[in-house]
Amino acid sequence: MSASTHDTPGKYFVPQPSHWPLVGSAALLTLAFGAVGSMNSLSWGLPVLAVGFGILLVMLFGWFGAVVRESEGRLYGKNVDTSFRWSMSWFIFSEVMFFAAFFGALGYARLRSVPDLANGVTSMLWPDFAGTWPTAGPHLKEVFSPMGAWGIPAINTALLLTSGVTLTIAHHALIAGKRSKLITWLAATIALGVVFLGLQIYEYIHAYSALNLKLSTGIFGSTFFMLTGFHGFHVTVGAIMLAVILARSMRGHFDAQHHFAFEAAAWYWHFVDVVWLGLFVVVYML
Amino acid sequence: MASIPHDAVHGGHGHDDQHDHHPTGIKRWLTTTNHKDIGSMYLWFSFTMFIVGGIMALIIRAELFQPGLQVVNPEFFNQMTSLHGLIMVFGAIMPAFVGFANWMLPLQLGAPDMAFARMNNWSFWLLPPAAILLVTSMFVPGGSVAAGWTMYPPLTVQQGIGMDLTIFAVHILGASSIMGSINIITTILNMRAPGMTLMKMPMFAWTWLITAFLLIATMPVLAGAVTMILTDRHFGTTFFNAAGGGDPVMYQHIFWFFGHPEVYIIALPAFGVVSQILPAFSRKPLFGYHSMVYATASIAILSFIVWAHHMYTTGMPLAGQMYFMFATMLIAVPTGVKVFNWLATMWRGSITLETPMLFCLGFLFLFTMGGFTGLVLSLTPVDIQLHDTYYVVAHFHYVMVAGALFSAFAAVYYWGPKWTGWMYDEKLGKIHFWWSLIAFNVTFFPQHFLGLAGMPRRIPDYNLQFADWNAVSSIGAFAFGTAQIFFLYIVIRMIAGKSGVRAPAKPWDGAEGLEWTVPSPAPYHTFETPPVVK
Repeated sequence: MSASTHDTPGKYFVPQPSHWPLVGSAALLTLAFGAVGSMNSLSWGLPVLAVGFGILLVMLFGWFGAVVRESEGRLYGKNVDTSFRWSMSWFIFSEVMFFAAFFGALGYARLRSVPDLANGVTSMLWPDFAGTWPTAGPHLKEVFSPMGAWGIPAINTALLLTSGVTLTIAHHALIAGKRSKLITWLAATIALGVVFLGLQIYEYIHAYSALNLKLSTGIFGSTFFMLTGFHGFHVTVGAIMLAVILARSMRGHFDAQHHFAFEAAAWYWHFVDVVWLGLFVVVYML
Repeated sequence: MASIPHDAVHGGHGHDDQHDHHPTGIKRWLTTTNHKDIGSMYLWFSFTMFIVGGIMALIIRAELFQPGLQVVNPEFFNQMTSLHGLIMVFGAIMPAFVGFANWMLPLQLGAPDMAFARMNNWSFWLLPPAAILLVTSMFVPGGSVAAGWTMYPPLTVQQGIGMDLTIFAVHILGASSIMGSINIITTILNMRAPGMTLMKMPMFAWTWLITAFLLIATMPVLAGAVTMILTDRHFGTTFFNAAGGGDPVMYQHIFWFFGHPEVYIIALPAFGVVSQILPAFSRKPLFGYHSMVYATASIAILSFIVWAHHMYTTGMPLAGQMYFMFATMLIAVPTGVKVFNWLATMWRGSITLETPMLFCLGFLFLFTMGGFTGLVLSLTPVDIQLHDTYYVVAHFHYVMVAGALFSAFAAVYYWGPKWTGWMYDEKLGKIHFWWSLIAFNVTFFPQHFLGLAGMPRRIPDYNLQFADWNAVSSIGAFAFGTAQIFFLYIVIRMIAGKSGVRAPAKPWDGAEGLEWTVPSPAPYHTFETPPVVK
């Protein structure tokens, strides 16, 4: 405990009691009830959801604020830095596994359930079902067009790949101590992310209005929107992370040795980037 | 002293931790960052959920005492079987071992606390909200999840609002588990005392390192599976609907990709506890430490490639059945290595039979039996007969109760003196063991016969031919439940110091490890300066 008050950081850092975990739990409980209520069209659902979201925001600001102050107060030594690195790596691994479930669902649908419905023992149920991909399934009879790969998705791929480069330039600027260059390239990275999200929103509108491709368009719509939607959500989170890092950079936080928050956000951004490449190949191209 | 302006989090008190100010009363427990406090909360939460889940089990057994419907209606019976499973797995057994990890890992590794002490508190305080959601689901129109703890669609897609509450409870439990596991894995990898190489770690730390990996790898997959159920329910997706090109069997694949490693998430820390206690009471070092580590890792890796042995009867090509059958049988090899090593540890040891050792021996016999029935069930042709019968129920209760739960009891008796500073009453502990052992076998051994004779599980009524053994099983269940109230009495007596015997720093003369170098009860802060391990 005493390590937190030495002039130089101790080997370990053990924080004092904190009420933020409890606030976070209250937020998630409220959010859960709010989500259940609003999904079942109960009148109190959306207000409770909003309250839960508000509590969550308070918690995020408060808790991360405390961590930022501790970090800037140089309370974190080398050991804490290593702990942060391990934990961020494992967190990203858990995110990889989350996406793996949805990639797995897409693979299973394309390689097993759709061919089985056309050719397997269940083919007697819908004899005229061809089982070709893309499909909305044998019974929904939805007519839709899939999203082509070489329009907006290809542009989005270029945008995200470029953002990886700009982020690396920003990182090198930070290490070299060039603050304004860091801020410029970091801002460029966020801008690329925002443009990506804007194009994805446009793409979704196009899908719904022109292609008749909806979340409810059978297994194709389900996998398409859930995979790209969760990815878009992660891009949003990554962009918010980078925006926080940008604000901190503008306030003079970080130096050449001491900037794991930057690196953590960058790791996350690259992870989101890699997921997109998987999506581009599996969802759009194949 | 550094001054940290506007820092609400830090008290910024002096160097002497004994005078460190921390909140008292309820606030201490709500805001704590102390691994011992959090470990204790996990253990009490676990016991509370154990009682809640246990009452549900007794409702099931009361209904099954006689054929016909007499105690509850079938809908409620289905809710009981489902919630009993969910609560015991996620609410009782997993938090118990996380509680042991919180208490013991920093002490065993020579660390001052867990790597992320605040997040540690959040991991715990996410459990009560999840429990609230699960319990609330019983009181909404349509009731709680009634499709079994595995939550298979299409039933779970069709159920009422209680299913939504269950889905979000699972999400919150998953978040708690992932954060807890990241904490544990980081603590083990980065907070070990100087000189404690990975291959010098106590087996309990090793098993938790591998368990934490399994949790981080599989919990997000479960989150994905229940999210698909949620969107199928409310947003028109067709992941599990054949009319839209999906497949309910796909849910089973995704679920069991989580579900089978989950079995080892529960079993591996139990193996770790047993690997600590058997050497202590045999007064010999653990036989084959290295092979234990490799066997644990092998079990973990194999657990990812055997999931569909839960699905032999739900439709799979013959080649798939063959593959999953042989892959599953392979797990018996590293498990056999472990059982062999435990037996070899005791061989020619100077064995005494205190309560922790008794529970470990009970574990060894009964868990091995559960393993053997598992091997029987791994055989596709046999499983097609036994799937969803009471044979399966008997099998996994031998693994979960006589395996994981007995080892948790052993851990409480073994480490309890370190936590409380008092010895438990040895005589009462032995009574608890024999009472539990006999009641457990009376409850679950007959279920093998019932299952082989064809009694299906998750059904509130049964054919008259099954009546006798069901009556026996129900009597055993109530005896087992009562034994656990007796266990609570023993623990409260230990905490209150009613045995009158103060625990020395090392109450077991054969025990090894850093946890025995600190006084009993362990001071609030330990190992602020890391010890050096030679």
